[in-house]
Amino acid sequence: MWLKFLTRTRHAQRFGWTDGLSYAYLVIGLFTLFAPVVWLLMSSFKTEAAIGEFPPTFLPYAQRTVQLDNYPQPLPLFAVRTEQGEVKPMAQVSRIGIMATMVDPAHPTETVQVNIQQRQPLRELSFATRNYTELFGKFAFGTYLFNSVFITVVATALTLLFNSMAAFALSKYQFKGQKTVFLLIIATLMIPPTIVLVPIFLVINSVGLLNSLWGVIWPAVATPTGVFLLRQYMLTIPDELLEAARMDHASEWRIYWRIVLPLSAPALAVLAIFSVMWRWNDFLLPLIVLSKSEFFTLQLALNSFQGELNTQWHYLLAMTVITLLPITLVFAFLQRYITTGIASAGVK
Amino acid sequence: MSTLELHAVTKSFGATHVIQHIDLNVQHGEFIVFVGPSGCGKSTLLRMIAGLEDPSSGDILIDKQVVNTVSAADRGCAMVFQSYALYPHMSVHANMAFGLENMGMRKDLIDQKVTTTAQLLRLDQLLDRRPTQLSGGQRQRVAIGRAIVREPKIFLFDEPLSNLDAELRVSMRSELRELHQRLGATMVYVTHDQVEAMTLADRIVVLRQGRIEQVGSPQELYERPTNTFVAGFIGSPRMNFIPVASLSGQPADSFHAPAHAHTLGIRPEHFMRCDAHEGLAVTVTNTEYMGSQTLVQATLQDGTKIEALLQDTAPPALHQTLSLKTLGKHIHTFDADGQALGNHA
Repeated sequence: MWLKFLTRTRHAQRFGWTDGLSYAYLVIGLFTLFAPVVWLLMSSFKTEAAIGEFPPTFLPYAQRTVQLDNYPQPLPLFAVRTEQGEVKPMAQVSRIGIMATMVDPAHPTETVQVNIQQRQPLRELSFATRNYTELFGKFAFGTYLFNSVFITVVATALTLLFNSMAAFALSKYQFKGQKTVFLLIIATLMIPPTIVLVPIFLVINSVGLLNSLWGVIWPAVATPTGVFLLRQYMLTIPDELLEAARMDHASEWRIYWRIVLPLSAPALAVLAIFSVMWRWNDFLLPLIVLSKSEFFTLQLALNSFQGELNTQWHYLLAMTVITLLPITLVFAFLQRYITTGIASAGVK
Repeated sequence: MSTLELHAVTKSFGATHVIQHIDLNVQHGEFIVFVGPSGCGKSTLLRMIAGLEDPSSGDILIDKQVVNTVSAADRGCAMVFQSYALYPHMSVHANMAFGLENMGMRKDLIDQKVTTTAQLLRLDQLLDRRPTQLSGGQRQRVAIGRAIVREPKIFLFDEPLSNLDAELRVSMRSELRELHQRLGATMVYVTHDQVEAMTLADRIVVLRQGRIEQVGSPQELYERPTNTFVAGFIGSPRMNFIPVASLSGQPADSFHAPAHAHTLGIRPEHFMRCDAHEGLAVTVTNTEYMGSQTLVQATLQDGTKIEALLQDTAPPALHQTLSLKTLGKHIHTFDADGQALGNHA
């Protein structure tokens, strides 16, 4: 079935040049978009040494080691070309300049001097899961994760609530200045977030929300995009439904909660995805609001890994992968709603 | 007892006067139909009774109480909308229960009421379905059921049958009639279809441009229309209007008009064929054979078009000259302004 799906052509039974072009475009697109992510994923499983290796490898390799009785540390294994011309695996004890002291695992007591030109490291596929497991112990990873999740979930829930209430009022009630209010909200789209960053900081500071997760949540709750998106969708909900509900003794709040909100589910799903992405990937606002490391989000923690002199790439990459996961999952589960939302909107 | 009174009700949208001074009394248990061409204000009038629109002036009384400032929910009316307005995300059961839930009724009582109503409307097999999984007629019944469970004082119907196909419309019509008899409730029904109005109503209110043209039983409206508008609107095919001037020179004794009469109105079904010297001489231009009846389109000598619905006769040939007569009691006379002068007996 998959093969059938992947080899579909424009005309039945015939592979035309448009098919060739389409597939070429798709393959190139897939490669350029997906390759960096796959590379990131692979590299996150490499040891610190393997990441710095040149030429780089796609798959995570690690040098094979062997544990010998009279050496306390495991020794790295090399394939050594001996003077007789045969190749055999030997463990390296130490190395000075271009000469290495090596030992044959079969005769652990005899050491030999080998020119490093004469040997190749023996490597095997190995996933350095320690990059991930150590993250949890080494840093306050759990705290960062909690902070990020808390901000994302709470801010998204509040965004959906407040934006949908505003959209409900703007789409279903007639009042003086309705258009003006709507235009004002839309107009804020034209103000770059960096411009209001300092005022926001001053406000957050004066209400005492500095170094509090709520200081990141509240400024982000009202979004013009969300109000616009939901208002446009709610305009398509027939007024007769609201009138029927009104005659059914429903209060305005109940109309909003039981009728308008469930019917706006497709638009809410789209906004939820946007909001999760915005809040999860947000960097600038948390950076100025949260300066104590116990309040760091994952994005801030990622940033702090990059020291001035030393960057621990293996942890950085592993953490980047973890940071990417929630967005991927949210999209995978909610994208169904986006497509059904668009489809049902088209039928109306 | 649930009566409805309208006292000098008007409604304007800006400079447009949609409803102009309406007075009406509806008795308890009456089935009242508002009928009129589109844009005559009949739906607006219904929405004002429901409380979805505020009248610009005048009073609306339900059970002798002025309800102008009472909210739609508290007027005790239930409305069936043209589009049904079923909540698409709720099951049939939830749709019918929603109003009762909002009133804070106990859950077991709600279930009991919904089940009873569903049985009444033959919806008991469909309670778990969503509105999208129902046919047009079933949706219609759910919409009516949603109104019934609330046991309202007054039922309001806004063209509820206009989205159904012709066959279903006829059967729903008799179901509605039955329902009215069973519930004995006051019902106000809006339609643009005069057949629906005639078959359903105890009394019909004919509206035109925001004014009441005539109120009366279907029979009254059919037999004694007060003006040419009502005469033309009620009855199908439409009544023929023959200017008195076009009758001069006709050998028709029975068609002689009283003084001041400007127009004669004769319904197509009241024409009969007769001998040449007795009636109007007309030339057949088209015939529609319908089995028991034949609709004949013809012209008088001066070119006035008339239609006649002839019973049990072979269709006349085209361009044939026919003689048509009618009984004096079937001739309506109107003055130059279109007002009725009383039946020409």
